[in-house]
Amino acid sequence: MHASADSTSRALEVRGLSVTFATRRGTVPAVVDVDLDVARGELVALLGESGSGKSAAARAMMGLSAPNATVSAETLKLGDTDLRALSEQQRRKLRGTRMAMVFQDALSALNPVLSIGDQLGELFREHRDLSRRQARAAAIDLLAQVGIPAPARRISDYPHQFSGGMRQRILIAMAIALRPELIIADEPTTALDVTVQAQILELLDSLRRDLDMAVLLITHDLGVVSEVADRVMVMYAGRVVEAGSADDLLSRPAHPYTEALLRSVPRADRREGRLHAISGSPPSPANQPAGCPFHPRCEYVVDECRTTRPPLTVLSDNDTRLAACHRSEEVRHVAVAG
Amino acid sequence: MSPSPGDLVLDAQDLHKTFHTGRGGLRRARVSAVDGVSVQLRAGESLGIVGESGCGKSTLARMLVGLERPDSGSIVVNGRDVTKVRGRDRRLLRADVQMVFQDPYTSLDPRMTVLELIGEPLVVHNRVTGAAARRDRVAELLGLVNLAPELMHRYPHQFSGGQRQRIGIARALALEPRVLVCDEPVSALDMSVQAQVVNLLRDLQQRMGIALLFIAHDLSVVRHVADRTAVMYLGRLAEVGDTDTVYDEPAHPYTQALLSASPVVDRNRRRLASRIMLAGDPPSPSDPPSGCRFHTRCRFQQSRCAEQTPSLRPLGERTVACHFAEEVRQAASATS
Repeated sequence: MHASADSTSRALEVRGLSVTFATRRGTVPAVVDVDLDVARGELVALLGESGSGKSAAARAMMGLSAPNATVSAETLKLGDTDLRALSEQQRRKLRGTRMAMVFQDALSALNPVLSIGDQLGELFREHRDLSRRQARAAAIDLLAQVGIPAPARRISDYPHQFSGGMRQRILIAMAIALRPELIIADEPTTALDVTVQAQILELLDSLRRDLDMAVLLITHDLGVVSEVADRVMVMYAGRVVEAGSADDLLSRPAHPYTEALLRSVPRADRREGRLHAISGSPPSPANQPAGCPFHPRCEYVVDECRTTRPPLTVLSDNDTRLAACHRSEEVRHVAVAG
Repeated sequence: MSPSPGDLVLDAQDLHKTFHTGRGGLRRARVSAVDGVSVQLRAGESLGIVGESGCGKSTLARMLVGLERPDSGSIVVNGRDVTKVRGRDRRLLRADVQMVFQDPYTSLDPRMTVLELIGEPLVVHNRVTGAAARRDRVAELLGLVNLAPELMHRYPHQFSGGQRQRIGIARALALEPRVLVCDEPVSALDMSVQAQVVNLLRDLQQRMGIALLFIAHDLSVVRHVADRTAVMYLGRLAEVGDTDTVYDEPAHPYTQALLSASPVVDRNRRRLASRIMLAGDPPSPSDPPSGCRFHTRCRFQQSRCAEQTPSLRPLGERTVACHFAEEVRQAASATS
């Protein structure tokens, strides 16, 4: 398991990404100094709660930030292409062809007045200069690939005629249509039932293997991360607070936030006594505590935490693991219940 | 006069609810949301209801608290059938069954202070007289949900999601109900605050002897909260029983599929790869399959399933609605 992608297979390289929103009450830093790599064929999860900045970061990478957002980065590369150097029009061309996004709410992401065949076919006609008939055939192939039954019959149907799970499959079909190097999936299964969620996760997992795509999965769900992610980046209050391989991070967390989260989730496979509850609630991006942003909720808090924000540093026992905590070595040696 | 543990506080029998959709004529459709569901709750007990969207679990909850009238069936609270009484009596009886809603952002009136929000049911039901008594009772209720009484003059937007859900719980507790119906009470909350609310509900149930009906799509939360668990599929109960039995030895094919599809945080990862595949999506409740409503997606399906509706029958520590429950249970213990 590689901690960061080497340059040949690297699909996405991000260094020092920051996103600030201009609001009536001043500027709000939503994402601060995020570094991230995704290799081809790799599935990286960006885990965080509401307000952690995970979606703002994803949108900034796609070039889809809101008009009041200011995005800055030292490096923002898709393969060998420097995204910062491109014009808006060039980036627009890139979206769909080389990088694509899957949204949470499939019903509002699809055009309700166009048939599925027209929406999928449009991609091929715009970007691949296929004829109407060829585009239709390609669209049918795609629908079959994402597991839609009887695709030739359903191609003329409209979005409302599909179930939630099927609509999410159609969104994924649109995202993979032009074989992009990178897919960013923002909470793709949050609105779905568990049996359908399992199907969609499996689909994403097999597609990135078969098509050698890089997948960045934005999620708040530790269970989802545990099932499919190769690597995990945990975000809290706009920053990455912990990163590493999913196996190591989930079994031996080094940040008190990750560790507390892992202890607070109930499990379906056995029953425990009281759940471990984390006190307080996540800070709003506009109003962050001084020092380490997690310190008011942290069980490991010491004086230093209230004044000095710990930088994201490599752990001494594993150079592929990062954590931003003054006491990460101690946290790592506490056995996680589970 | 709190009921002693084990007393039957809520007894719903054979509830049916059908909704009509469309404008009439050819497009008119009947959606069978709840089809012959019975549930009992004893004082101090928690019953979890799990199922996917469209299975009727929210409709069931709304009928139990009186927000929806069942087409047929009875709901007995405190020994009286609340579906038969009208007007004032009905309202008084309803005070015994209160609801905690899913979304603490939309279920609290933004223009009311916490004092007004929690005090409203007290005033409506004449439980307190005078502003001072109301304030004292609201302070007491806030204490129950671990919020400082000083916060009662604030408005909902000044609270976080977890705190708002506590306010919703305090409001539901104001009339000292015997049953608290919670419809997805934590699914709208951030993951780091879900445990606070789950623990609070569990404490209230155990300390105050309130019966808890806990509806959720998250199987892990239900396992944690519920003494007994009911699994619903397309408006019917598939399996009901002691929570450990239902989770550890599921005897309905749907329970098995649901459990195996639920993501688990575990070192033993990628369990989904070995899960039981369910073909397709749940059928529409407007056109439910004949016989056993699950037969179209069931891996144990035989011709009998499409013809005969299996009734709930006892099997060990649970009841199950499947013709082949014995074989299904065997298959589960063989693979796990």
